Amino acid sequence: MEMYRSHVLVCAGAGCISSSCKSVQKALQDNIDKLGLGSEIKVVETGCMGPCDLGPVIMVFPDGVLYRRLKPEDAAEIVSQHLLKGKVVTRLIHQAGGAGDQPGGYEKLDFFSRQTRIALRNTGVINPESVEEYIARDGYRALGRVLSQMTPRQVVDTIKESGLRGRGGAGFPTGLKWEFTARSAGYPKYVVCNADEGDPGAFMDRSILEGDPHSVLEAMAICGYAIGSPTGYIYVRAEYPLAVERLAKAIGKAREYELLGKNIFGTAFDFDIEIRVGAGAFVCGEETALLASIEGRRGEPRPKPPFPAQEGLWGKPTVINNVETLASIAPIILNGPQWFAAIGTGKSKGTKVFALAGKINNTGLVEVPMGTSLREIIFDIGGGIPGGKKFKAVQTGGPSGGCIPAEHLDTPVDYESLTSLGTIMGSGGMIIVDEDTCMVDLAKFFLEFVQEESCGKCSPCRIGTKRMLEILQRITSGKGREGDIELLEELSVGIKSSALCGLGQTAPNPVISTLRYFREEYQAHIRERRCPAGACQALLTFYIDARQCQGCGVCAKACPSQAISGEKKKPHIIDTEKCVQCGACKTKCKFNAVSTL
Amino acid sequence: MKSLEELDSLREKLKNDMSIREQGHRIKVTVSMGTCGIAAGAREIVKALLEELKEQGLNGVTLTQTSCAGLCHYEPLLEVSRGSEKTTYVKIDRDKAREIVKKHLAGGKVVEEWTAR
Repeated sequence: MEMYRSHVLVCAGAGCISSSCKSVQKALQDNIDKLGLGSEIKVVETGCMGPCDLGPVIMVFPDGVLYRRLKPEDAAEIVSQHLLKGKVVTRLIHQAGGAGDQPGGYEKLDFFSRQTRIALRNTGVINPESVEEYIARDGYRALGRVLSQMTPRQVVDTIKESGLRGRGGAGFPTGLKWEFTARSAGYPKYVVCNADEGDPGAFMDRSILEGDPHSVLEAMAICGYAIGSPTGYIYVRAEYPLAVERLAKAIGKAREYELLGKNIFGTAFDFDIEIRVGAGAFVCGEETALLASIEGRRGEPRPKPPFPAQEGLWGKPTVINNVETLASIAPIILNGPQWFAAIGTGKSKGTKVFALAGKINNTGLVEVPMGTSLREIIFDIGGGIPGGKKFKAVQTGGPSGGCIPAEHLDTPVDYESLTSLGTIMGSGGMIIVDEDTCMVDLAKFFLEFVQEESCGKCSPCRIGTKRMLEILQRITSGKGREGDIELLEELSVGIKSSALCGLGQTAPNPVISTLRYFREEYQAHIRERRCPAGACQALLTFYIDARQCQGCGVCAKACPSQAISGEKKKPHIIDTEKCVQCGACKTKCKFNAVSTL
Repeated sequence: MKSLEELDSLREKLKNDMSIREQGHRIKVTVSMGTCGIAAGAREIVKALLEELKEQGLNGVTLTQTSCAGLCHYEPLLEVSRGSEKTTYVKIDRDKAREIVKKHLAGGKVVEEWTAR
């Protein structure tokens, strides 16, 4: 039997890989070998642990100490002090604010202690390439139990009773989806995992696939049994190469252990899974476009009904579930539907994973019970806004969602409360913006995104979003006209009611919601030619503060329009007539003498 | 995988190695690893403890180290803590370490003659 006195977990999620965790891992292993500790200490590569901003991170067990922002040269000290002598290297642990905090272990940190991890139960804890570690943590027991002790009907009822709703965006009850598909006539039926995560700022699906791929495979097999399907497809984007690689390895391992294939658990149930790699079009996250893409056709949506539960892949009944939804299935089977339904709010049960991005201290991945307030997520877990700036708003639901301003920070987050605020849960991306962000500019960013990703099949989306984008570009460049706001609103209503699929129908949302909460910012741009956040460069007036200016002339050389003049060693002046608001002078000035109005 | 029982027995085997990543172990063995401890042979004690733990198949035991306990002339020393109950063993060698695992950790009986008095 394997036994080590210490496990060193190295986060190898995509975030930490990009901050060079591999070289840290190698340095740790080298130092461990050098001191002859190889038989006592095991170094394990895991999926994303969550605190991506702190990467590369490692966790040392059994102490539960989290080290952050490591460099390869830190490895020697960790090995010789902590791993050999048991002395925690305090300069490298995460200080969460309090004095000398961590000795209680990572679980005492607010970032972790306030989380309830169900979908992320294994992510960052196990080696994703080891099916053995997954099995050790109750992996495939739910599948075993379902196949040997439950009828398909009972499985569907369990999921229905748990109150689990789709985590990909729309929040449709998962159990109902399974039931409709189980009842539909047609064979074979299909189970499809939608891993085409495309919202800017959302990365929970990627992290689950990279960190705990077997949880998705197991749930797909459970679904297959429940609806009577022998085949599953995982549709994952090519931009997630590590997820694709780990999924492929996981499928291979599961086949080796006969957890996929024929006669699983000695029953008559056969199930196997194939990966389909998508080219990364946002619209392919829309289920009908996704199905078209799997079939080898162009990824374009079609009208519904018929819904995929009736006519899905190759015209056969199909369940399409999102990655996070599937990752929640096995714990529901093992702990019972009441356990899951006891977490969360009236209509939104269980937990939700949120990806925190933008102007927030703890950029990363967190899982909390439904009904947790935005304030707790952003300030207590997320650590608030960096640089002492003021929180302005949070965009939820990506380009299909909307923003929530500071006055609604105490809203408990669930499907209904977000809808009533004019936004959506979406896949759980949260982009936090501070006082330096212009809301018109933010809306423009999302419109640019949907405009680029529009498949072009229907004209409201193809042409309508283009016209909206043009208006926003006009407003942010100081050429807004009276009536532009009303025109945006009219276009929004038209596009929402006439676009073919979810992408188009929700495309105007960022504009509608920023208009709802920040209308005066639009007005200031149009009427006063002023950007209140000071973000839209075309609306700024650049000037040189004579008290700060040393007369070095660097700005004058940098100016592309010869707008700056002045004698050497005397304060310079910007000619606002000639200035093109490029900001080159401000960037170049070493004395912070260039300011804006 | 042929049956749920087969999975469960495999899981039991694999679980031992993973229990280290869970917090809240019942028994904790702390070896003093200050310069004095290491000079007196504490490294060998850690190795011996681990070997015996492996042999006994004991999981749920945390094996950890600490710095000098201030009793340098008693080194190598180790402390076994089970909840609030703490036992300090002094002047340990490899064989004593193995005995402590067998008698105290597996058997639940304190080896009185090696404890600090």
